[in-house]
Amino acid sequence: MKVAETSPGFAFEKAPEAEGWNRPPVIEPDGEGELLEVSMGPHHPSTHGVFRMDVALDGERVIRLKPVFGYLHRNHEQIAETTSYLSMMPYTDRLDYFCSLSNNWAYALAVEKLVGQAVPERAEYIRVILAELTRVQNHASAIGFLIQEMGASGTPLMYAFKEREKILDLFESLTGSRMMCNYMRFGGCRVDTSAAWLEATRKVVAGLPHFIDEYEALLSENEILMARCQGVGVLKPELAVNAGITGPMLRASGVNYDIRRVDHYGIYDRFKFRVPLGEHGDIYDRYMVRVLEMRESIKILEQALKEIPSGPVMDAKAKIRGFRPKPGEAYGRIEAPKGELGFYLISDGGNGPYRFRVRPPSLINLTVLEDMCLGHNVADVVLIFGSVDIVLGEVDR
Amino acid sequence: MAVDKELKIELGKQGVFVTTIEELYNWGRRSSIWPMQFGLACCAIEMIATTMARYDLARFGAEVFRPSPRQADLMIISGTVTKKMAPQVVRLYNQMAEPRYVIAMGACAISGGPFKQGYNVLKGIDRYIPVDVHIPGCPPRPEALLQAFMTLQKKIDGQSLTGENRPRHLNADAPGEFPVPVQGEHDLEPPANHLVWPLPVKQGTGNCVQGSEKQ
Ligand code: SF4
Repeated sequence: MKVAETSPGFAFEKAPEAEGWNRPPVIEPDGEGELLEVSMGPHHPSTHGVFRMDVALDGERVIRLKPVFGYLHRNHEQIAETTSYLSMMPYTDRLDYFCSLSNNWAYALAVEKLVGQAVPERAEYIRVILAELTRVQNHASAIGFLIQEMGASGTPLMYAFKEREKILDLFESLTGSRMMCNYMRFGGCRVDTSAAWLEATRKVVAGLPHFIDEYEALLSENEILMARCQGVGVLKPELAVNAGITGPMLRASGVNYDIRRVDHYGIYDRFKFRVPLGEHGDIYDRYMVRVLEMRESIKILEQALKEIPSGPVMDAKAKIRGFRPKPGEAYGRIEAPKGELGFYLISDGGNGPYRFRVRPPSLINLTVLEDMCLGHNVADVVLIFGSVDIVLGEVDR
Repeated sequence: MAVDKELKIELGKQGVFVTTIEELYNWGRRSSIWPMQFGLACCAIEMIATTMARYDLARFGAEVFRPSPRQADLMIISGTVTKKMAPQVVRLYNQMAEPRYVIAMGACAISGGPFKQGYNVLKGIDRYIPVDVHIPGCPPRPEALLQAFMTLQKKIDGQSLTGENRPRHLNADAPGEFPVPVQGEHDLEPPANHLVWPLPVKQGTGNCVQGSEKQ
């Protein structure tokens, strides 16, 4: 495990060789007996919702794995083409329902690019605070679910949710909803935070390091966790880059690419934080990268909470509803907890997007599932799948 | 048949416990509802939050989430049912053993919710299977799910072993299996199960029409 103290401006300065793309070798059945075709899902306790994998097994070994999508296809893109820009904001909450606030931000960023809208300082700080809180609760729960799939039924998840509830309380008192916050607007945020809210946030953030220490003491050196995670589900950096993997998955494979560093969107260039990188690209590295990212998020939170200026949270010239952007297109992307989340909008001059396209990190991170699973036992498939950290709302959209 | 309350108390003081089979049966069923571990979308996260320490579903004897429909008494439809998923949901319901109950959690499960206008979202799971408790909300808070649990417990408590109010599994005429819809040319076929979804039926065609379209 290493941590990048300074990140290069752009991650791919040392571009991985395309030739070096080594897909895992095609696994041949050993010729004895028949292949067993198993359909895991769509109702399966480990699939995080409704996802199906058609697995071909030779004994316990996975020979083939075909993901089947679409059980939660909720026609986001079609709905967007018939509504206005503002009324699409609540739908973005429901894409990745663990991280509604980062989805809001990515969408607001895309629309702000489309209409050329500036965002006031204070709003930028509030956005950073909310996005990093979201990252902490997402990673904590993702680890909890991963360990649950390992058989630790409930306990780590309960620790994670204990902390998550505190963060959700903050969201609720600020935005009015625990999960579906619908808080950001084009050109700022919907309401200002109160001093009491900031104080409460400082208190929660001050408690987070203790939580992560406790969590790590339970898990990081646990023998079962190490035995089941180390060396399992290895993702080579070349394949990760070529397949477009982003987020903790990519960084666990050792590629230094974090959109907060690359794009400097918002005000991320003002904060000091490091980017954790894995060495082996296995499940354990993905777990470790998430833990370290939580620690870095806490650093960002502390800095942001200290420096937050006073001022308006909405740009005075901002139009929230009833605006018609000039024909054109824009792509806004952020480093969501799961990876690069982007919204691509095309405007034809109407009051709603002509085309609305989501670039979901979950779906694209899932595309290498087969490569990671081939040759492993079927019990490991559940773990490898869990370590990708997906949310079906975003995969199927 | 109820035992006189005063008499019951009096006997209780003497260490004699008097009850009816019906009460005992309902008490047992209501105090150990095992839900199915089955999440569909965003609402499932609130369902998980309900089982965690803060809201603690275990207080209602319902913390044992079973992955298999064969071992479950309660199905919580927690999220959007798409047209691709609806046949699976009905099939899972068919696989559950009686007595079985259904809670439709959230706007999506009740009516399609925010995605109702979409082409791929079922406009309410009660078109295909009988639903006992509906909870509105997007997502409903964990407290709302607890309320739904208590409502369901009351419902179970009020059931009797014989007569009109008996549960479905004691009624030989009640259907045990519900038809699983299949994907037709344009939509799920049939669009609703008329045993559980009383829509006005256009005379002669057997097609159901939406009430609002008719008026
Ligand atoms: S009701 Fe709302 S929260 Fe629940 S599944 Fe539907 S969109 Fe998600």
